[in-house]
Amino acid sequence: MDYVIQELKTLFSGQNFEKKRGDLLFATLDTGVLVQALKHLRDMLGFRHLVLITAVDWIEEDLFQITYLLRNYTQKTDVGIRVFVPRSNPIMESIHTLWETAATYQRELHEMFGIDFPGSPRVNKPFILEGWQEIPPYRRDFDTKKYAEETYFPRPGRKTHDPETYMKQKLYPDGTES
Amino acid sequence: MKYFEEDRSKFPPKNADGSFQIDLESHKFTHIWQGPQHPGVTGNMSLELIIQGDEVMQCETHVGYLHRGFEKLMERRKYIQCFPLVCRICVPEPDFNEYCFAAGVEELAGIEVPEKALWIRTLVLEMARLASYLMWMGGAAGSLGHGLPGQWTNYLRDYILDRFEELTGGRIYHMYILPGGVRNDLPEGFKQRLLEVLDDIEQIMKDVKTVMFNNTVFKKRTQGLGIIDPSWVEPYGITGPNARAAGIPLDVRKDSPYLKYPELDFEPVTGQESDAYTRLDVRRRDLLITVDLIRQILNKMPENGEYMAPLPNVLNWEIPRGETYVRAECTRGEYGYYMVSDGSMYPRRVNVRGPSYTHAVALMEKLVVGVNIADVAALMTSLHTYPPEIER
Repeated sequence: MDYVIQELKTLFSGQNFEKKRGDLLFATLDTGVLVQALKHLRDMLGFRHLVLITAVDWIEEDLFQITYLLRNYTQKTDVGIRVFVPRSNPIMESIHTLWETAATYQRELHEMFGIDFPGSPRVNKPFILEGWQEIPPYRRDFDTKKYAEETYFPRPGRKTHDPETYMKQKLYPDGTES
Repeated sequence: MKYFEEDRSKFPPKNADGSFQIDLESHKFTHIWQGPQHPGVTGNMSLELIIQGDEVMQCETHVGYLHRGFEKLMERRKYIQCFPLVCRICVPEPDFNEYCFAAGVEELAGIEVPEKALWIRTLVLEMARLASYLMWMGGAAGSLGHGLPGQWTNYLRDYILDRFEELTGGRIYHMYILPGGVRNDLPEGFKQRLLEVLDDIEQIMKDVKTVMFNNTVFKKRTQGLGIIDPSWVEPYGITGPNARAAGIPLDVRKDSPYLKYPELDFEPVTGQESDAYTRLDVRRRDLLITVDLIRQILNKMPENGEYMAPLPNVLNWEIPRGETYVRAECTRGEYGYYMVSDGSMYPRRVNVRGPSYTHAVALMEKLVVGVNIADVAALMTSLHTYPPEIER
């Protein structure tokens, strides 16, 4: 994997290299060089299989992390490329011209995180949700519990337990834990 | 006035991008929906089809009928609370979810799994593969008008579910592979009972081959249907038996060996023709490889040993900050979990990568054009699409 680190460092100013396993590397790139870097990885370094595209919401830092995971079938190695886009204006260049299947991932990210990929086929069409009016649901500030309580009919009689106190009560009913 | 064009090569005219020019107002096309009720084991998704006569001109996949928001739900739960949740992502083979989730947590937390647990996990994954193939074969037979082989394979699957019930307490959702190992050791006499089921399966699969795969009508309908060009494998992210039927031996068990697969002797099954028949046949042969693998596992598995690593208090378990991706070969191809931890007791993000994500959307929309409407269900089962892993 060292040659991948070297290439990403010299050609695309890659940072934060993290070798997770012998066959899995993560690296951070600037958004501006992402498409070029993915093309280089695909055409020159043999990472020809797009495993997935996904996003992580770092709401505390006001950033979305988009991860592109690629696989090299000959070397049997994976590389995960991270890019960060601002939460306030989440736009990323589309890579559907590199991998046809990327359009589906981008469509889902647009729907679930509100990240726009201009030019990606059907990116504005609903993919999984229908008639969704709230903020994109996979963002950290979307509260599933609040949404469910407001949207659906409450079911009385259903009991939930805080697992920690519940287990303490079960294991030490007389409170003699220590 | 002619209501149809005799020369099909000129009609309908094509756009610059190769798609057909479709004018629904011309009354030469019909707009229909296939699904979301499923004809075989294709799951609850629907194909919006535009047909001319009985030939599909355009297709769009619609999913969302099974969306339960697992990935979001996991962000609100502690790692150990996610463990009974993940198996529900995929009904016919929940164990791949359990394994990938457990392996991801173990990698992030730096937990070493005992030897015996690795063997039991390998066994459970192969049993799940067997059950899933048997159920799928019933669906494939049904979508091509064969009722009988479907019933045979489904009753064989029931025998595997009996063994699962014996081993884990559950027939469908097992919640057996958990971070650190597995929940229990094999029961007494389990190996012998499982071997008896394997003998039955091998016997009946010979009949399935005779009745189904040697049947002329079956061959006529599936040979030449939905041919996947090997050059599509990379741009469309095709994995598993769909890629292997195109002659490309992609198998995570061989490519990125995990668990005890490096100690087992097998070769990925491949085909050449890459049509529906080859894909179905590759799966049938892969099923027999699985039977052989289970025998090898039972032979090589140590009798005694720890099956669970010591864990910290799982209710206050803080996983160190980091990210990882783990994968396994399920019956449809590469199944993977991308997991991100922020150092807290809750996962920051879990992303499930199911093989149907590419097979059922981009690939299906391309393959189904030009197919007879009666063969769409057969094409879906030949790709072994499964919607819950698309929408999670």
